[in-house]
Amino acid sequence: MMSHAFWVMATGSLVAASCGFIGCFLLLRRMTMLGDAISHAVLPGIVVAFLVSNSLEGMTMLIGATIVGLLTSFLIQTLHTGGVQSDAAIGITFTSLFAIGVVLVSMYASDIHLDVQHVLYGEIAYVPWEVATLAGIEMPRAVWMMGGVFVLSLLVVGLLYKEIKLSSFDPQMAAAIGIPVLLIHYILMALVSMNTVAAFESVGAILVVAMIVVPGATAYLYTDRLHLMLGCSIVLGVLSAVGGYNLAAYFDVSISGAMVTVSGALFFLSFLFSPRYGVASRYFTQRALRKEHQKES
Amino acid sequence: MTSAVTVENMTVAYHKKPVLREISFEAPEGKLIGIMGPNGAGKSTLIKGILGLVPLASGKVGIYGKPYKIQRKLVGYIPQRESVDWDFPTSALDVVLMGRYGHAGMFRRLRAADREFAFSCLEKVGMSDFADRQISQLSGGQQQRIFLARALAQDASVYFMDEPFVGVDAATERAIVSLLNELKKQGKTVLVVHHDVQTVTDYFDWLLLVNLRKIAFGPTEEVFTSENLQKAYGGRLSFTETLVPSAGIKS
Amino acid sequence: MEFLLTLLFDPNTRWVVTGCMLLGISSGVLGSFALLRKHSLVGDAVAHAALPGICLAYMLYGEKSIGLFMVGATASGLLGTLCISLISKYSRIKPDASLGIVLSVFFGFGTVLLTRIAQTGKANQSGLDAFLFGKAASLVQADIEVMMGVAAFLIIVSFLLFKEFKLLCFDPGFGRGIGFPMGFLGTVLMLMIVLTVVIGLQAVGVVLMAAMLIIPPVAARYWTERLHRMVIISGVFGAASGIVGTLLSGFTPQLPTGPVIVLSAFLLFIVSLFFAPRKGLVAKALHTAKLRRRVAVQNILQSLYDLTEHTTASGIRTDGWGFSEEEIYHLRPQGSRQARRVLSYLKKRGWVQMLEDNQGNKRWALTDRGADEAYAITLNERLYEMILMYPSRFGSVKLEQEGDRIQDCVSPDILQELKLLLTKHNHPVLLPQVKYGADLSYTECHQAVTSRGGDA
Repeated sequence: MMSHAFWVMATGSLVAASCGFIGCFLLLRRMTMLGDAISHAVLPGIVVAFLVSNSLEGMTMLIGATIVGLLTSFLIQTLHTGGVQSDAAIGITFTSLFAIGVVLVSMYASDIHLDVQHVLYGEIAYVPWEVATLAGIEMPRAVWMMGGVFVLSLLVVGLLYKEIKLSSFDPQMAAAIGIPVLLIHYILMALVSMNTVAAFESVGAILVVAMIVVPGATAYLYTDRLHLMLGCSIVLGVLSAVGGYNLAAYFDVSISGAMVTVSGALFFLSFLFSPRYGVASRYFTQRALRKEHQKES
Repeated sequence: MTSAVTVENMTVAYHKKPVLREISFEAPEGKLIGIMGPNGAGKSTLIKGILGLVPLASGKVGIYGKPYKIQRKLVGYIPQRESVDWDFPTSALDVVLMGRYGHAGMFRRLRAADREFAFSCLEKVGMSDFADRQISQLSGGQQQRIFLARALAQDASVYFMDEPFVGVDAATERAIVSLLNELKKQGKTVLVVHHDVQTVTDYFDWLLLVNLRKIAFGPTEEVFTSENLQKAYGGRLSFTETLVPSAGIKS
Repeated sequence: MEFLLTLLFDPNTRWVVTGCMLLGISSGVLGSFALLRKHSLVGDAVAHAALPGICLAYMLYGEKSIGLFMVGATASGLLGTLCISLISKYSRIKPDASLGIVLSVFFGFGTVLLTRIAQTGKANQSGLDAFLFGKAASLVQADIEVMMGVAAFLIIVSFLLFKEFKLLCFDPGFGRGIGFPMGFLGTVLMLMIVLTVVIGLQAVGVVLMAAMLIIPPVAARYWTERLHRMVIISGVFGAASGIVGTLLSGFTPQLPTGPVIVLSAFLLFIVSLFFAPRKGLVAKALHTAKLRRRVAVQNILQSLYDLTEHTTASGIRTDGWGFSEEEIYHLRPQGSRQARRVLSYLKKRGWVQMLEDNQGNKRWALTDRGADEAYAITLNERLYEMILMYPSRFGSVKLEQEGDRIQDCVSPDILQELKLLLTKHNHPVLLPQVKYGADLSYTECHQAVTSRGGDA
C-alpha cells in the first residue's frame, strides 16, 4: 500500500522522535552517558532473549530489555556506592556487558539472524518487509513496536510530568515533598531500555545513542520551556529521519548512519545560528550591546 | 504553646565521625528560630536530618507531633542556592509553581487557582516582573527570592531555611526579613540556619546554639549569653564579651 | 595445551601478542591519568570519533595502510576532542551531553563512509571492518613496529612528565599558581590519550577501546594508594589482558579479539574488587566486622558506666543490683542479640559480672576492672567530642588508629585544655579524674567522690 520508502521513513521518524523525547530528560538530569550505557548493555539481553524464545518477538524482548536496562542501572549504582567513580562505573559496566553481547552474537551467529554489523547499525531497509497485523491493520512490526513504546513513553511522562520535572530540576526538594525520586529514576531507565530495544532492529545499538542525545540537545538550544523542548526534539527527530533517508537513498549509504549525520548537522547549525542560544546570535547581541555602550559614552 | 517541631535524641554521623549528637529540642509554634553554631557544627545537617534528607543514626522527629513523612504538606524547605541546575528550561513563575506540587498530588494537573497563587507569591517577594524570565538570567539575590516565593507557594506551617542571607544584596536581604516577619504574623514557625552573629538578635525570637551537641535553646535574650557563645564557638573571651553587651543583652 | 604451545611458537602470534601487550601497557598508563582527571569516557568518544578519520584515510589513499589509518584516526580523534570542549564551552550544553553528541555523530558519519566504501565492492574489504571490534590477528610486523614506537614514546613522556601530570590531575589551579603551563599540559595529555586509543584500535576496535582505558586503572586502584604504583600496576594489568585476550581468542578465530581482551580485563577487575588486600570487598568486610565488634563492646561498656554513674550520683536505684539487658542496650541502640553476645564476651574477660534470679532474669554490672576500662573509654569519648567541637583549636591533633587513647596522642597542655572544656560543658561524672587530677583508677576516684558527700 504505502511505499517502501514511506515505511522506512516512518520507522526512522518514530525511532528518532521517541528516543529524542525520552532523551531530553537524560540530558537535563546529566545522565547522557547512562543512556549510552543502557543502550549498549541491552545487547546481551537481546541475544539471550532471542536464543531462549527463538524469535525477536515484541513483548518478551521488551520485558527482557527492561530488566537488563534496570539491572545495568543498578549495577552502575552499586559500583558507584562501592567507591568507583561514576564515569568509571558506567564505563566498566557497559563495555563488559556489550563485550559479552558481541561474544554471544559471534558464537551463535548462525542461530540468530543477527550479525555483528547488524548489531551496530541495524537493518532499517528490511523493516517494511516484516509485517504484523494488529486489529486488522497491517504495518511493519518495527512500526508497531516503536510506535507502542513511543505512546507508552508519552503516557508515562504525561502522567508523571510534574514529578519528573521537579525531580530533574531539584531532586532535594522533590524528595522533601515526598516524590519517590529513586522510583522515577528507574522508571525513566526502564523507558530508555524499551526505546533502545525497540529501536535496535532499525538503527542498531550504537546509533540509538545518537537519537537519544542529539535531538534533545538541539532542542535545548532553542527554548526555555520544557514542554517546547520536548516537542521540538520530536520535530527534529522526524526531520533527521526523513532527511537522512533521502540522503542515504541518493548516495547509497547506511540509512541509519545518514539519519544520525543529518541530526548532527542540524545540531551544528543550531549550535551556531539558534536565535537564542546560538554562538552567532550571542556574538551579534554582544556586539550590538557594545556599540550601544560606545554611543552612550 | 504547641510544639511545631520536636526533635528527640537525634544523632547523625558521616563516615563514623559524628556530626550531631543526641540533639533534643521542642520548637514552639509561631516563632522565628535562629540556628547558630560554628562552621561544620552540623546546622545544615540538622535541617536535613529533620527532613529525612540524610539518614539518622538515632533519634526521632515530629512535626506537630506526627512523623515527618505524614506531615510533608505542612513543611517548606529553602535550601542553599547551589543545589539546582540554573540552565534548566524553566521560568521564574514555573519554579514558584513547583511549590504547589505537594498540594496537587501525584498524577494531578495544576489549576488556575494554583497559577494565581503562585503569581501572588512572586509579587510578595517583588519579582512579579520577572515571571517569564528563564532563571539563569536572574542575579543571585533574585534567584534566592524565587526560592522564597516557592516556599511561600507551598503554604506550609513550618519553614526551614538554610543560610538564606549568605551573599545576597541589600534589597534581597530586606525582602527576606520582611518575609520572615510576614510569616510570623501568619502564625507560621520558621527555623533558619544563620551565619551572622551580629544580626541574630535583631531577626530571631528564639535561638538554638549547636556545636555537635545542643549547647542551648530558648528565647534569644536567655540564650545569647557570653557563656553559651563561648561553649558554642570556643573563641577567645574578648570576642564574646564585646558582642554580648553590644547586643544590649545582659551577660 | 599443545595448541597453545604451537601458537606461542608461531612468530606471527608472537608479534600479535607483543602488540597487544604494548597497547595494554599504554592504555593502562594513560588511562590512569584519564581516570583521575575524570576523562575516562572521553577515551570512548575519541575511539568512536576516530572511525570517520580512518575511513577518509582509506578513501583518499585507495588501499589499506595502517600508518595512514592511524594518522586519519588521530586527526579525527583530535577533532572530536576539540568539538567536545567547544560545545560545552560555547553553549549551555553540559560536558556529558557534548561527549554523547560527538561520540554518536562522528560514529554515525563513520558508518556512512563505511557503507560508501563497501559500495565500491572491493573484495578485500579494505580491512576497515577490523576496526569495529578489533582483529588482532590482522596485525603484521610492520604494524607492531609502529605501535612499539608510539607506545615507547608514550611511556617515556609519561615518565618524564609524571609529576606534572600528577599535579594536573589533582590540583590544576595550584599548578597554574606555581607557574606550570596547565593548559598546555592538558592538551599534551589529551593528545597522548588520543594516540593510545589509536594504537589500540586495531586490536580492540572502536566500540570497546574505552574499556582498556578504564578497566585496568580502576582495577589497579584497589591495590595501592600511591599514584606511581597505580600507574605501573595498571600497565601490567593492561598488558596481561592484552596477552591473555589475544591468546584466548586465538582458539576461536571467528571471534573478534576486542571483546575477549575486554572480558579478560574485566575478570582482573572482579578479582581486584573482591580480593585486593585492604581495599577489596572481602578485606573490607572483615575489617568492618572487627570494627563493629569493637564499637559494640565499647558501647556496652559505656552504657554500663553511664547507668552506674547515674544511679550512684543521684542515689535513685533501690530495686536491686545491676541492670537488665534492655536498659543497657537501650542507651545506645543495638540489636538485642548482639548485646547479649557482647555481654557474655565481657563476662569471659572478667569485665562484667552477672547475677541471675530464679525467674531467669539476668542482671549485669561492671567489675572493678571493667569499671576502669569503661571509665577510660568514656573519658576518651568525651575528650574526642571536645576535639570535634573546637576544630580550630584542636584540628592538628592526630589520631592514628581507631583504638588510640587520646591521653597518649596529645601533649599534656592540650590534655589539660580538653579537660577544662569538659568541666565547662558540665559532663558531670567524668570529673573525678579531671577534678582530682592524677591517674587515679575509677574506684579510687569514686571513693574520693563519695567520701566528700557525692559532689560530682
